[in-house]
Amino acid sequence: MDERRFRKRSLFLVLYLVFAILPVYWMVNMSFKTNEEILSTFSLWPLHFTTDHYRTIFTDVSWYSGYINSLIYVAINVVISLLVALPAAYAFSRYQFIGDKHVFFWLLTNRMTPPAVFLLPFFQLYTTLGLMDTHIAVALAHLLFNVPLAVWILEGFMSGVPREIDETAYIDGYSFPRFFLTIFIPLIKAGVGVAAFFCFMFSWVELLMARTLTSVNAKPIVATMTRTVSASGMDWGVLAAAGVLTIVPGAIVIYFVRNYIAKGFAMGRV
Amino acid sequence: MKAVNQKAWLLILPVVLCVAFSAILPLMTVVNYSVQDIISPERRVFVGTEWFKAVMRDDDLIGALGRQIVFSLAVLAVEIPLGIALALAMPAKGWQSSAVLVLVAISLLIPWNVVGTIWQIYGRTDIGLLGASLAALGIDYNYTGNALDAWLTVLVMDVWHWTPLVALLCYAGLRAIPDAYYQAASIDGASKFAVFRYIQLPKMRGVLMIAVLLRFMDSFMIYTEPFVLTGGGPGNATTFLSQYLTQKAVGQFDLGPAAAFSLIYFLIILLLCFILYNWMQRVGTADKEPGHG
Amino acid sequence: MARIELDLAHAYRANPQRDEDYALLPLKMCFEDGGAYALLGPSGCGKTTLLNIVSGLVTPSQGHVTYDGRDVTGLSPQQRNIAQVFQFPVIYDTMTVAENLAFPLRNRGVPEERIRQRVGQVAEMLDLSGQLGMRAAGLAADAKQKISLGRGLVREDVSAVLFDEPLTVIDPHLKWQLRRKLKQIHHELKLTLIYVTHDQVEALTFAQQVMVMTRGRAVQVGTASELFERPSHTFVGHFIGSPGMNFLQGRGHAGGIEIAGRLLAAPTESLARLPDFTLGVRPEHVQLVAADTAGAIPGVIMQAQDIGTSWLVTARVGSGLNESLLRARLGAEQAIPRVGDTQWLSVVGEHTCYYVNEELIA
Repeated sequence: MDERRFRKRSLFLVLYLVFAILPVYWMVNMSFKTNEEILSTFSLWPLHFTTDHYRTIFTDVSWYSGYINSLIYVAINVVISLLVALPAAYAFSRYQFIGDKHVFFWLLTNRMTPPAVFLLPFFQLYTTLGLMDTHIAVALAHLLFNVPLAVWILEGFMSGVPREIDETAYIDGYSFPRFFLTIFIPLIKAGVGVAAFFCFMFSWVELLMARTLTSVNAKPIVATMTRTVSASGMDWGVLAAAGVLTIVPGAIVIYFVRNYIAKGFAMGRV
Repeated sequence: MKAVNQKAWLLILPVVLCVAFSAILPLMTVVNYSVQDIISPERRVFVGTEWFKAVMRDDDLIGALGRQIVFSLAVLAVEIPLGIALALAMPAKGWQSSAVLVLVAISLLIPWNVVGTIWQIYGRTDIGLLGASLAALGIDYNYTGNALDAWLTVLVMDVWHWTPLVALLCYAGLRAIPDAYYQAASIDGASKFAVFRYIQLPKMRGVLMIAVLLRFMDSFMIYTEPFVLTGGGPGNATTFLSQYLTQKAVGQFDLGPAAAFSLIYFLIILLLCFILYNWMQRVGTADKEPGHG
Repeated sequence: MARIELDLAHAYRANPQRDEDYALLPLKMCFEDGGAYALLGPSGCGKTTLLNIVSGLVTPSQGHVTYDGRDVTGLSPQQRNIAQVFQFPVIYDTMTVAENLAFPLRNRGVPEERIRQRVGQVAEMLDLSGQLGMRAAGLAADAKQKISLGRGLVREDVSAVLFDEPLTVIDPHLKWQLRRKLKQIHHELKLTLIYVTHDQVEALTFAQQVMVMTRGRAVQVGTASELFERPSHTFVGHFIGSPGMNFLQGRGHAGGIEIAGRLLAAPTESLARLPDFTLGVRPEHVQLVAADTAGAIPGVIMQAQDIGTSWLVTARVGSGLNESLLRARLGAEQAIPRVGDTQWLSVVGEHTCYYVNEELIA
């Protein structure tokens, strides 16, 4: 009886994985075909394998700078998000103070705000500050939704650490910064990993704000690709190759945090 | 219990400042615009609630709102059960669990415009696998011309894109259940369904709440993927709220109405999420139980 | 109620070559119908594995398990009709106490009227009657463990109740209450009970027969007094008792035995002929005697602790390679020696045990 159920589940899993991977595979497939082949014939794998499109991306500065720009502002954002979220999450987890529940909910509401609402104000704000078209602008703008999420996730993990550990450290004479850095953070490593993963994820994939706040210098890859789309005569091959390359950093990140994700979620907000 | 300590405000100050900078300032700007008629940068007229009234009477807005609600509900109806089913099917141990985890999570890490692009290509009958297959089966499929096809494609794209989030959250919830529960259930003679209903589902309550909240919020704000896939078409068949707002703000540069609408949009989401949040809190800590066997 | 017989071994891998490959070295054991047994040993000794084999959660790699003569080795726990209580309370959060208790019966299709009766009876026995309508999730840990136990007792034909360190998460001041309750239930229902623990006090007070295990081996099965008086393995001597047995190296000589550098009369002929053996004597049986008494050795007192009802005296005996520590438990009414004094302590007596290669020989 278990055998049958096992096979049903495996079948379902396999079907889903096929469903999940097929569109990605199709894009990978296209990225290795020449444009002529894409438009003329239809095949499940490239008949004339070519790496031309990838070469274009790696050599054309307007393309590869897009990736570098994205990586820069995402990295800045993740670092800042974690830096401000860690003490705040600790405060929410350990203390009661005036307005604590309200502030927590207010933070969450920022995650709920449609970015479209802030498009114009952001545009004007950053223009006024002279920060238009900089990496820091996008990094700061993304703080809007990443910081609340980081606080939410980290607070969940921190609540799982018994307060006795804090008290023991104080009795042992640790100052707060030293306790926090050398004892506490290692205990919530998984939580930091999960929070960093989500901040990376949501910042890397966000389009609207990233496109609005940049033009040339800090133009992220997501914007470069949409430019291609709206131009006449679509270069499908390069587009596909660019798409494939945007998945690479994500796949690497998730490979590194894969152990934390399952363990991490479990210890967190459950 | 937690210690009462007002000095904790120092710890949360950086967060409050960051988010206030990113949120309150722009919000004030939006409020500002929503009550003024900006004929030109120099000439602004205070018009009070006029924009709000105009927006509420706007048929296009009501249409977009209706479409948005249907879309979000459909998304939840498909992604939550599918995500749970997927989490139950994913292996718990071994190299297979890591491999499946990475494969499942890939769609989450694709920039949203690329998601739109992938499906844009995928659904085309000339160069896309899905489109060509459907055409080969004799089905008349055209997501740019046919409203229903466009809807279904956008829905399937979202399911493809975001079900893994629900699945990963549920997967983590499942991994947290100690073996002893399954052993005890086996000893008690519980059927597989009873195990799901009385052990797995209750223990996933926490993560499911997060999943429903996140998916609802995000689907209500969806912009990029449908924009890239269908551009909101055909006509305005797949124009949801965010796109409607952006069209008004950036496209038509009608700052006043756009700002007014922004506020209403924000408040709608806020209200719905507040209700959802409280409802789920109540389910989580309920002393009374609705129905049991 | 069932009589359970075991004749098995359990290995980690398919072709076990050495002792380390086994989780459970070959053993034979019989749990009599209605008896209370304890599996006692340190972490990792295999007691939980053995329990799971008895319950059916684990299938032994070799050998079989029989219930009342019936081979159940391939059967699931459900099919064997056993009940198991785990280290932490396992309850169905969404159900009330009554529903939790009723669950196993409902799954078996027992009529509602009978279910209500049984649930009432079991709740009565476990002092849970007042809480039947409450949600199980909101109760304290000891109540939850009682519910876990109750789910096992509610089935009338349960063959045995197995406990895997069930008091681990219970507050210390509630532990003894639960232990008493367990003994009471055993007395009333006459069920076969098997209790796994690493706490010797729990084991010795609960069980009629205790099986001491270490590193996959069942080293001795016996009553509390048997284990105390005649441990058949040095591990049992060391593990049981607080503090455990004293062990001194000994050698056979012509005409006698040498203990801690001192030549003493040999209690038996055979001992004098052994090149090497270990002498074991419990602190309770080590006494202060006059100098040069037969069977006594001198020692320098290192420590004298007042532990309430008695004194624990630690002495250094022997010298050089032979040096060891000897502990003696003295009654409060005796003269307590001072630290630094040299005293004579009797080690050879009727309670002394002798071991070769850790096994009891005399």
